[in-house]
Amino acid sequence: MPLVNYATREITCKIVYYGPGRSGKTTNLHYIFEQVPNDRKGKMVSLATQTDRTLFFDFLPLDLGSISGFSTRFQLYTVPGQVYYQATRKLVLQGADGVVFVADSQARQLEENIESMQDLHANLADHGMDVRTTPLVIQYNKQDLPKGLILGVDELEDALNFRDVPSFPADALHGLGVFETLRGISELVLRRLSAGSTAGAR
Amino acid sequence: MVDLDPRYRFESYVVGSANRLAVSAARAVAQAPGSAYNPLFIYSSSGLGKTHLMLAIGHLARQLQPELDVEYSTVDEFVDELTNAVSSGTIDRFKHRLQGVGLLLLDDVQFLAGRQETQSEMLRLFNALQRSGKQVVLTSDRPPAEIADLDERLITRFSGGLVVDVGVPDYETRVAILRKKCEERGVQFEAGVLDEVARIKSGNVRELEGALNRLVACQALGGTAVTARNVRELLGDRIETPVRATPVGGARGEEFASFLADVREVVAQHIETWRVRVGEAMARWRELGYKTGPLERALQASEAPDVDALLSEQESVVARLQSLAQEAAKYDAALAASELFFDPDRLSEAEMAVVRLVGGAEPPPGPSLAYSRAEFEVGPSNQLAVHAADTVIEEPGKKYNPLFVYGSAGVGKTHLLNALGNELLAMSGEAMLVACTDGQRFVDELIAALQEGTIERWRARYRVVDVLIIDDVHLCAGKERSQEELFHLFNSLYSAGRQIVLSADRAPKAIEGLEERLRSRFEGGLVVEMQPPDHVLREKLFARHLATARERPDRALVDYLASRSVGSVAEIAATVERLVKAAEVVGVPLTASFARKELEGSISAPAAARVIDGRAVDELFLDEEKVIWDWPDVAGRAIEEFR
Repeated sequence: MPLVNYATREITCKIVYYGPGRSGKTTNLHYIFEQVPNDRKGKMVSLATQTDRTLFFDFLPLDLGSISGFSTRFQLYTVPGQVYYQATRKLVLQGADGVVFVADSQARQLEENIESMQDLHANLADHGMDVRTTPLVIQYNKQDLPKGLILGVDELEDALNFRDVPSFPADALHGLGVFETLRGISELVLRRLSAGSTAGAR
Repeated sequence: MVDLDPRYRFESYVVGSANRLAVSAARAVAQAPGSAYNPLFIYSSSGLGKTHLMLAIGHLARQLQPELDVEYSTVDEFVDELTNAVSSGTIDRFKHRLQGVGLLLLDDVQFLAGRQETQSEMLRLFNALQRSGKQVVLTSDRPPAEIADLDERLITRFSGGLVVDVGVPDYETRVAILRKKCEERGVQFEAGVLDEVARIKSGNVRELEGALNRLVACQALGGTAVTARNVRELLGDRIETPVRATPVGGARGEEFASFLADVREVVAQHIETWRVRVGEAMARWRELGYKTGPLERALQASEAPDVDALLSEQESVVARLQSLAQEAAKYDAALAASELFFDPDRLSEAEMAVVRLVGGAEPPPGPSLAYSRAEFEVGPSNQLAVHAADTVIEEPGKKYNPLFVYGSAGVGKTHLLNALGNELLAMSGEAMLVACTDGQRFVDELIAALQEGTIERWRARYRVVDVLIIDDVHLCAGKERSQEELFHLFNSLYSAGRQIVLSADRAPKAIEGLEERLRSRFEGGLVVEMQPPDHVLREKLFARHLATARERPDRALVDYLASRSVGSVAEIAATVERLVKAAEVVGVPLTASFARKELEGSISAPAAARVIDGRAVDELFLDEEKVIWDWPDVAGRAIEEFR
């Protein structure tokens, strides 16, 4: 699906929140959901298990209304973080215009973050998407935890942000950094409006 | 009359991008009250300089026309005055006074909201002022249409001149305003201080002035110098740099609103207008059912194309498709409605389909294979025509167009024309469409087409050809409709550079009943005559025919036969056939003497005709050397001269 359809005057932006299990992807979406006025959001679809872990994916459609004459919609997805939902992750990633990698700042989760990041790269490559050009931002979530438990932003940058993409410290539970992250990825994605990555056909 | 505050002049008004339009409009009004923009309606939120601008108009207008009566009033004062006038019974005097005003400046008209009585009085006054060409300048904190409960008639009157807004000054303008204020007050600050103050994203100039006042006070009282570093401290909480517009946990919706604003900005920044234009065009064409392949491909490109050219190209291609569809609809409505005629990428396919449809599956008649150029014998009597034909074969449509060959029956016109057609076919690898017909057939086909109502199809069959050959075209003469059709066909082919070759039994001007317009066209190319076979040609032809009849080419026999004058090629063939048969019947070989006996019978041999070296000699020219037997290359010279 193209990012922009000039003929029907639509911008449709699919953003996928990716990251290891329990890093706070769904929490991000929940916070956004809470902040969005009712007439702007669709129903948040969350397929969660009884233990509140995302089983399939979360989906939050946002209607941003008419922007520069284009009817603009954002679709926010999360992937299940658990390693064994590999197929679902790959499926959700399909056609993504941008990816938010939600990293868990806890020191003991570093390995999971790295694995998940590698998994993201592999899946993007499988979809034929160029990792270097796909819009990506990183969120270092749970920065509110006691300093002893978490890694600082600098350490996380060293470990995860080897492409030097925009990154945001966050406390998704309380909403800190959530919209900054969304804004960051939106800007990267929307910049592509002026590139040739558009289509009018369908 | 209220005195105008002398501080508010254009000279002290800092112009930035946010107020440039308003300032130029204000100047125009001050320079020519009543003629530029009337009324001038200035709106902006509070503290951005509406009143300053309005008073500046007053000052400048007075300066330029000292006798001009300038009245400044806020709506509140105006209402008070009006009420007083009503209560003291001096309403007429009030009105009269106002009507004498040349420039009325009315501040804060948003306060008219909800005051019905004042509004109707205002309306009457406004009409009177406008009628007499008096300038009115109004200010408000919102545009006319947004003033609550404002009479519809007042809205239209307020909006009838020019409505301009004054925006929030940008950083640079804020710095300029601060510098100007310092200048006015004669105070000076360390470098960087004013810039720091300007960074306060305050929504209006008044706040900015307030901040400056505070710094001036600090500097004057405290003794501590104001530096760029301590500006924030000195201004206390006011200077809180606008951190992020959305404090965490802010009111529900605020963060989203700010996000939305950002998205708008980014989209506005990155959306390219040429793509929007192309998209609009695509939507339009798609609505009409057309495909937009070329436009879609243009959108894929990263560089902007020449959009105007692109769009007009699409337009012209669609127009062509439409006309093709119309043409197709005459024969096959189903085909005309097919996708083919809605896809610019398939234009050439659509064109072919129409040609096939209109032309029918049946191609026009082609040249007869029985005639070939190789078998065509050339002699002085026909070499001009043959030379012309060869030129046409080499360059069809270029040199002799049309080529008109005439001569009496049996001189080989048909052979030459068909041979020419076959040669063109062979040269082009059958790629050329060569129509070869004759006058009679042309007329018959036309009659049949008229009868069956397939005239269009018949026409199209011929209009698509690359080469049109019509033998015995004189048979069309005297037939009005045939000549009409031929005329149009001729024109359409000729203008497209297609070769036309015609033959007749006489020259165009000698053909009776041939329309003038056709005659002149026939004569416009090359008209060339084919004469009855000459001696050389007769020799060749007899030799060929005898060879074909498997007779031994006997020199004496050929000489004898060639010496006889014949009217046509056909006669030669007939003669050979007759002799061969006769010789067979009698059972003797075919010799010159047998031939003579057979052809001349009892009539005495042409004793009178002396034969010298195998040639018949006229008695008048007994001296052989004085007879020119061969004219060297007559044909070539004649053509040269014809050019």
